[in-house]
Amino acid sequence: MNLTLKVWRQKNPDDHGRIETYEAKDIPEECSFLEMLDIVNERIITEGGDPIHFDHDCREGICGTCSLTINGIPHSKERGITACQVHMRKFRDGDTIWIEPFRARAFPIVRDLVVDRTAFDRIIAAGGYISVRTGSAQDANALPVSKDDADASFDAAACIGCGACVAACKNASAMLFVGAKASHLNHLPQGQPEKDRRVLAMVRQMDAEGFGNCTNQYECEAVCPKSISADVIAKLNRDYAIAVAKEATTAS
Amino acid sequence: MASNGSINSAIPSGPLADKWTKHKNESKLINPANKRKFSIIVVGSGLAGGSAAATLSELGYQVKCFCYQDSPRRAHSIAAQGGINAAKNYQNDGDSVWRLFYDTIKGGDFRSREANVYRLAEVSANIIDQCVAQGVPFAREYGGLLDNRSFGGAQVSRTFYARGQTGQQLLIGCYQALEKEIAKGGVKMYPRTEMLDLVVVDGHAKGIIVRDMVTGEISRHAADCVILATGGYGNVFYLSTNAKGCNVMAAYRAHKRGAYFANPCYTQIHPTCIPVSGDYQSKLTLMSESLRNDGRIWVPKSPEDAAAIREGRKKASDIPDEDRDYYLERKYPSFGNLAPRDISSRSAKEACDEGRGVAPTGLGVFLDFRDAIDRLGKDTIEARYGNLFQMYEKIAGTDPYTSPMQIYPAVHYTMGGLWVDYNLMSNVPGLHVLGEANFSDHGANRLGASALMQGLADGYFVIPATLPNYLAGETPGSVSTEHDAFAEAEAAVRERVDKLMSIDGKRTVDSFHRELGLLVWDKCGMARNEEGLKEALEKIPAIREEFWENVRVPGDSGNLNAELEKAGRVADFLEFAELLCYDALEREESCGGHFREEYQFTEDDEAVKTGHTGPGEAKRRDDEFCYVAAWESTGAGNKPKLHKEDLDFENVKLSVRSYK
Ligand SMILES: Cc1cc2nc3c(=O)[nH]c(=O)nc-3n(C[C@H](O)[C@H](O)[C@H](O)COP(=O)(O)OP(=O)(O)OC[C@H]3O[C@@H](n4cnc5c(N)ncnc54)[C@H](O)[C@@H]3O)c2cc1C
Ligand code: FES
Repeated sequence: MNLTLKVWRQKNPDDHGRIETYEAKDIPEECSFLEMLDIVNERIITEGGDPIHFDHDCREGICGTCSLTINGIPHSKERGITACQVHMRKFRDGDTIWIEPFRARAFPIVRDLVVDRTAFDRIIAAGGYISVRTGSAQDANALPVSKDDADASFDAAACIGCGACVAACKNASAMLFVGAKASHLNHLPQGQPEKDRRVLAMVRQMDAEGFGNCTNQYECEAVCPKSISADVIAKLNRDYAIAVAKEATTAS
Repeated sequence: MASNGSINSAIPSGPLADKWTKHKNESKLINPANKRKFSIIVVGSGLAGGSAAATLSELGYQVKCFCYQDSPRRAHSIAAQGGINAAKNYQNDGDSVWRLFYDTIKGGDFRSREANVYRLAEVSANIIDQCVAQGVPFAREYGGLLDNRSFGGAQVSRTFYARGQTGQQLLIGCYQALEKEIAKGGVKMYPRTEMLDLVVVDGHAKGIIVRDMVTGEISRHAADCVILATGGYGNVFYLSTNAKGCNVMAAYRAHKRGAYFANPCYTQIHPTCIPVSGDYQSKLTLMSESLRNDGRIWVPKSPEDAAAIREGRKKASDIPDEDRDYYLERKYPSFGNLAPRDISSRSAKEACDEGRGVAPTGLGVFLDFRDAIDRLGKDTIEARYGNLFQMYEKIAGTDPYTSPMQIYPAVHYTMGGLWVDYNLMSNVPGLHVLGEANFSDHGANRLGASALMQGLADGYFVIPATLPNYLAGETPGSVSTEHDAFAEAEAAVRERVDKLMSIDGKRTVDSFHRELGLLVWDKCGMARNEEGLKEALEKIPAIREEFWENVRVPGDSGNLNAELEKAGRVADFLEFAELLCYDALEREESCGGHFREEYQFTEDDEAVKTGHTGPGEAKRRDDEFCYVAAWESTGAGNKPKLHKEDLDFENVKLSVRSYK
């Protein structure tokens, strides 16, 4: 198939950046979207140009590295998948495809389609964990967890930290990401002792990183490749309100 | 301490079951006030590196951790699907530390160290405790207790899992522990930073040279010791189930600086991957081995039926049961579809070589859920494998609920790696190697769900206990980056980067990688022979030579440059591939993932006559090859020097590995 690509090119964080046009000819329709970009890049390199930079690693939808906005939608319009899982058979011969990075103030562009998402790591470092020193754990079956709690926790833990939720949100809010982590850990009995501390610290770090507020648009849920439900945001809001109230009582 | 051959494996004396406890009791300790003074470099943030970095920081050491991804959470361990083994015996089905030990030794075709494997089985239970405490959401039963499934090479259910994302959930637990330590200041994390060389000072590993992949800056890092946990080298084959960035660079650079590389020819080909469909293909996708619990593997009995399927004249459902060959169930009745990976892979290759493959390319067999769906219902199958089925459909474009999957073996894991002793220290003092990057526990073949176990055993439980045996003899902070060895290593790195940038040839890095990969897969893949290996050893240097004259690395080195990163990795694969073939050539026997066509059982062999094994099965030669091959570098293009570590089996009897 033959396609026209409109691709965001930006040499480095200081460069202004612009859309450039590439003709992608004779693309096999069995190949993946990233393989299509590989083919285009091989041609660019052979012709003496600079290839299009994009992040990727596992190419099977689990590492959260790929971060393309395809035709205006983070990952793509197909629900429940990452950009690396998009296959060319979903496009038609002659299509024009717009390819841009995940855009957000808290995700500065490194080069072309590559962005810096280390803000997510700093949010986890602020409180997205259960403190347990290696070697100090009790027998794993000493603490039964109801299957419902375990499943709810798992649904949230499925987050791959790709940042599509932020890129899709007009406020560039990270509430789905933070909510998912809070739900993962707060649903478990092991997560209770640090629950309040955790939500306060993560939410405050999120604000400090320059992510916007959530105004209940739910674009995040729609683009999440792991289909994480926006319910985690409601739960985060509840947990946060309780933690703030408790903090105020202890402070006074 | 027993000394084996010319290399000292530092295996503690005493009965097998007591060795680890005894060793811990006799290991050196470093007092808390002194731990702060020691600095440790950990390269890698996967399960092995991440767990080591977090735990060593908890203990009070100063840790620097490096990874090439933008976040430590994205290390390739994230991709593991199926599960992690542990000898918990929660199912009360007769499992024990001994059984996990024995299955692993036998699964490895009697080419691993008893003491290491026993220790692995011993600490496996602690891993599950640790991960659950961190909040890893393993699958549970309605009673709230942990669930298990079975994996290849075992007759008990000892595999813990988290849907089809076990690696991700374990890595997130480990990553969170790491981030906690980063916030505390115990670990300084360097993401998007690639190690380009090891620095050896007076024979000891004391630092690394790295490149900041965003700014291009090349810098020196010194420490009291270096830990490599940089994963496996499966991408030497170009196509594999590994992430695109997986590479051998860190291990190979260490090898060139004196570290022995052990058993590189032990590579694992996973039986259940989605077949190759075209030459644009950039990687292969694994379908978890757990599918073999309920899926049945078959090809048509006749090549005519197979041809009809390939050409679209017949469908799988047109072939009646009596015309199907469920070849694993036929050849290995007691293990059936759960036969170990090497055996299952080779059987698929044999079926396709006989013209009975069903994929359009001829290289593919069926993995069929028809009977399981009839027996258990679609809902149960969906609950067990839903996400895997979905993944298959996305890639292959067909629905596995209604027509069987097509699968074919693909490179997946590498048992070989840097040689380490019982303390996980290489022959270069101070250089420790963990996880898939070392060679230590899986012998010639790894059992499913045992890599995650080994990575976490190494990082959480082994290295924290054994590292003081080295550190206690060192003065903290004794080496600075001003040392000549750093200047020399940095200059060499700069020269190499400049050289890669200046060749300005005509071919892309990928084109060389693909050419190398095809050659290595062809001559040193699922089946190997002397002639083919010799041919590969002639061709690899020619590809390497052309690479250094004709590769094109666009752009400049002062910013993010993906082609430069790839070029550095491929340059190392081009040297490493030779090492791989030398090892495969030298090992004149078949064992585990290493199948030499010259060494297989025939009708004339006693073991075949007695029905213990079948013709065509791998034939080990214990009298001559019961050793670890540890290779010393003698410079690119020269044949490396072989050192042997003899393997002593005191507790298990070497036997023909039978899964009949
Ligand atoms: C698709 C797939 C499924 C699997 N499923 C299972 C399973 O179900 N059960 C099981 O037990 N095993 C499974 N395995 C195997 C298992 O996942 C790996 O063997 C294991 O996770 C390796 O962990 P590791 O920590 O040693 O290395 P990795 O997780 O590969 O980590 C390597 C680290 O080193 C870093 N690194 C590498 N080179 C450099 C460099 N030059 N400079 C700086 N940093 C560097 C990387 O950034 C990364 O952080 C699977 C493997 C694959 C490919
Ligand atoms: S590359 Fe890993 S999720 Fe896309």
